[in-house]
This record gives sequence, structure tokens and C-alpha cells, in this order.
Amino acid sequence: MTADRARELLGTYPGVTLTTGPAALVAQVAPEHWEGAARFAKEQLGCTFFSYLTAVDWKAEGLEVIAWMDNLEGSFSVQLRTRLGAGNTDCRSIVPVYRGADWMERECFDMFGVRFAGHPGLRRILLGDDWEGHPLLKSYAVDTPHPPYR
Amino acid sequence: MKDLQEWQEHHQRRPEGDKHSSFFEQVTEGIHSFPGGFAVTTVADGFFNWARKSSVWPVSFGLACCAIEMMATFASRFDVERLGMVPWASPRHSDLMIVSGTVTIKMAPMLERIYEQMPDPKWVVSMGSCANSGGPFRHGYHVVKGVDRIVPVDVYVPGCPPPPESLLNGLLLLQDQISHFRRTGQRAEPTPKVD
Repeated sequence: MTADRARELLGTYPGVTLTTGPAALVAQVAPEHWEGAARFAKEQLGCTFFSYLTAVDWKAEGLEVIAWMDNLEGSFSVQLRTRLGAGNTDCRSIVPVYRGADWMERECFDMFGVRFAGHPGLRRILLGDDWEGHPLLKSYAVDTPHPPYR
Repeated sequence: MKDLQEWQEHHQRRPEGDKHSSFFEQVTEGIHSFPGGFAVTTVADGFFNWARKSSVWPVSFGLACCAIEMMATFASRFDVERLGMVPWASPRHSDLMIVSGTVTIKMAPMLERIYEQMPDPKWVVSMGSCANSGGPFRHGYHVVKGVDRIVPVDVYVPGCPPPPESLLNGLLLLQDQISHFRRTGQRAEPTPKVD
């Protein structure tokens, strides 16, 4: 599998728009095809190495979830992005595809409040269970008081 | 915000004699008010303070990068054992807690718990900018803005991180405070806070 062949294949997947970015293949995916696109990348494109999953807060435009996976044999990377839409925090989990996404999605939930449907145990990973809010959202004020210590 | 204010009030009305035993205080007061008793109490105070300041055992409590400098202070080149300080691995045998590093909100209850496990009299040295005021992480969402919001601090050591000489100076200041400990009848004034 080469990067060019992978680009051809990924372009045929429904809901996928190829764009440019840091990886060899950057694909903007519709939210309903998120899990399917990840499975396609793993099984058809040979991207067996899951690198990371995170999110970006685009303020009024809503959240964007980003995942990056590598094909080690073909030496190319695929970045999948999906816009959840303004005010929406629901996203499909890709843990059934990549088990390594488990803690990444928990961290993403912890910091951005993205609720991954289908995740085996979605709870906070870094902050305490009693924490209010999601600190990496742009709407989270820096000086939000967190009693009793600040 | 209401909880925060309650906490600050609680912190401010923390008893001044938190390093004293009230029973021992009464006995001392009794001897002191006896004619000629002051000679006994001052000599005894001097003796006890000499003993206290000559065997300050800091509990091994490294939090962040300042702990590396703290370890260097404990090691052979700077050698705090010549001051009678032995880094000890149990809070129940220790007199001093060196808060060396960033205190996160998640770590704060554990820090308080370790402090409560130490027997009186006990002292706290806040080491480095992070423990003093939050330091470079002051505007982070997860950092306690100064360890003095959790436990009473006796000596603030500035620096990021403070070199071993700086911490050593702080420990000598602490020994000086301890030698004034009982004589003043209350806690010595903490050193001026420097970020």
C-alpha cells in the first residue's frame, strides 16, 4: 500500500473530503461516518498504528475531533477530522477499532467534554471526579474558582 | 466562591499555637509564674529548642523538579546531615516538610494529609516559585496558587528552582526560627514572601 493508492481508496469512502494538512492524507469526515472511516483506514489502508486522538475548540463553529494513524509498512500517515457542529458534543467512539483510543477518548472527554458513544468506560482520566467543567474549552475561564484550594 | 471564602476564613483563624501542646503550655505557665521559675523555663526552652533545631528531620516529599535540587541538598556535596537533618521516609517521625514543587489541586488533599500525619511541633518550608505562589503555572486551571493556602508555611525559599545553596539558607533560617520557638510563646514570623 502506497500513499497514492491510499489516497485513491480513501477518496471513494462516503462522507470523506480529502484536504491538505500535516499528514500525507488528511480527510474531513462526516460525523456519521467517523467510526467507519477509522475502520476503513485500519483494515483497507493498513494503518494499524494508532497515534493519537484529540479535539479542537473552534468556538462558534463547535468542536472538531482529530485522530491520527500511521501505516508503518507504507510509511504514510492518515489524519481524520470530523466537525461535530456548533453546540454538539456527541461523537462515535473508535475504541472498537483501535483499543489504544480508550484513554485518548477519556482524556478528550476530560478536557473538552466530547461524549463518545460506544466507549466502554467514559469517565475522567486526569482531573478529579468532582471537577466541574472542561478546562481546554475556550469558554472555560482561566480564573474559574475551584474550591477549596483556589 | 462562597466555599473559597469559607476556606480562607478557616485558614486565617488557624490556631496560632498549632505547634504547641496545651497541657505542656499550662505546666510551663505554672512553673513560669512561680517565683524564680522563669529561670527554669527559659533554660529549659533554650535546651529544648537547641535539641529541636539540631535534629530537624525533613520528610521525603518530592513533588516536582525542585525535588532534584532538594536531593542535591541532601546528598554529600552540600550534606545537610552536618546540620542534623536526616531525610526520613515517614511523616510520623518527621518535623519538617519541604514542599518542593508544583502543588496541583488533585495533590492538595494528599499534601494536607501528610502534614496532618506529622507530629507536633512541625514546620513547613515552601521551596520554589510554584510552592510559593503557583509560579509560572499560576494561571493554569489545576495549580494551587501557593501552598500556604493548604498548610501554614514558615520559610519561603524563592527561585525556580532554588539552588541547593538557597535551600540551605532557607533551612538555616528555619533553624533560627526554631531557636526562637518557645521563647516568643508563639510561632515566629515567616520570612517575607518572594515570588
